[in-house]
Amino acid sequence: MHELAICQALIDQVTSVARSNGARKVSEILLDIGPLAGVEPDLLANAFPVASAGTVAEGAVLNVTPAPVRVWCRSCELESDAKVNRLVCGQCGDWRTELRSGDELLLRSVVLEDAKSDPPARRPEENENV
Amino acid sequence: MCDTCGCNVTPGNRDLAEGRQATQVLGNLLQVNDNQASHNRVHFNGHGVLSVNLMSSPGAGKTALLEATAELLEDGLRIGVIEGDLETENDADRIRACGVPVVQICTGTACHLDAHMVHDALHQLDLDTLDVLFVENVGNLVCPASFDLGQHRNVALLSTPEGDDKPAKYPVMFRSADLVLLTKRDLAPYMPEFDAAKAANYVRQLGNAAPILELSSKSGDGMEGWTSWLKRGVAELRDNLGLPATTGA
Repeated sequence: MHELAICQALIDQVTSVARSNGARKVSEILLDIGPLAGVEPDLLANAFPVASAGTVAEGAVLNVTPAPVRVWCRSCELESDAKVNRLVCGQCGDWRTELRSGDELLLRSVVLEDAKSDPPARRPEENENV
Repeated sequence: MCDTCGCNVTPGNRDLAEGRQATQVLGNLLQVNDNQASHNRVHFNGHGVLSVNLMSSPGAGKTALLEATAELLEDGLRIGVIEGDLETENDADRIRACGVPVVQICTGTACHLDAHMVHDALHQLDLDTLDVLFVENVGNLVCPASFDLGQHRNVALLSTPEGDDKPAKYPVMFRSADLVLLTKRDLAPYMPEFDAAKAANYVRQLGNAAPILELSSKSGDGMEGWTSWLKRGVAELRDNLGLPATTGA
């Protein structure tokens, strides 16, 4: 159920991007989410209409690309596919691996409508409270 | 190509032509939380306080561990606690009874603590009087794992009655752990089906090399491994920050 909190964070970021680009509306939001991010894309999609109501993102299409789970083996020095609860090397089975993909929780891009011409892409404002 | 007949509109630029614009962001979805978490870490570092995020399912023994820890560290490290629960001050009362400074966060219906809640709470504590600040997260093996609080270390508790396969069932949580504590080991004689070696293997299958300690807050068995891990953590932090070591480390 933390997907609603994550969805609200998403709306805040999207609103900030829209505002800094002078856009009136957001029509599409592209996300990369890996299974090890701890966020269920379906639950996020369910939470989205509630979280986005009355914001610039209301009615936007939420487009989630699932990221594959990939690990890199320190001994083989090779990358392989893995399962979320078996992050071992696909070649030698060693568990001493590094995750190369699978924990993404990334706002890739947003499609803005009526944006002011060609502003530079920018990250949302950083939180500066003390 | 011209703007008159529309021949400059291709499938690739149709969105732009219709007043749409794809803006690349490439930012973490939890960036605002993560910024706040970094800010919290600056507070902890500024005071040389090791912050430890305790996570487990409800009833795995987080509060009992803190009570036992407070007793053991009486002459050593000075500890403080931020308690996270949906409701009640019960856990804070238990910690307070041990003479440890504590702030209770009641999250209402929220299933996890976030960096903002911890920030509000840490300002109610005098960090200068602490060596370790524990954040006892909401009992939940799912949601807390996704939120950075600004902690230096994540500790996941797995209690004997829960079963040894929890790391395989909740990989996000156990992958993030810097230390795994197998708790309530005094119950081991009654629950031989809990295989500590199996639990450890499930943690390793997540590519996690974190130390795994067995202990019982009730009997005190195995507690010295935990307290020395804490003392080492404080010493390492202070060494990295160029601060003098604490008397307890």
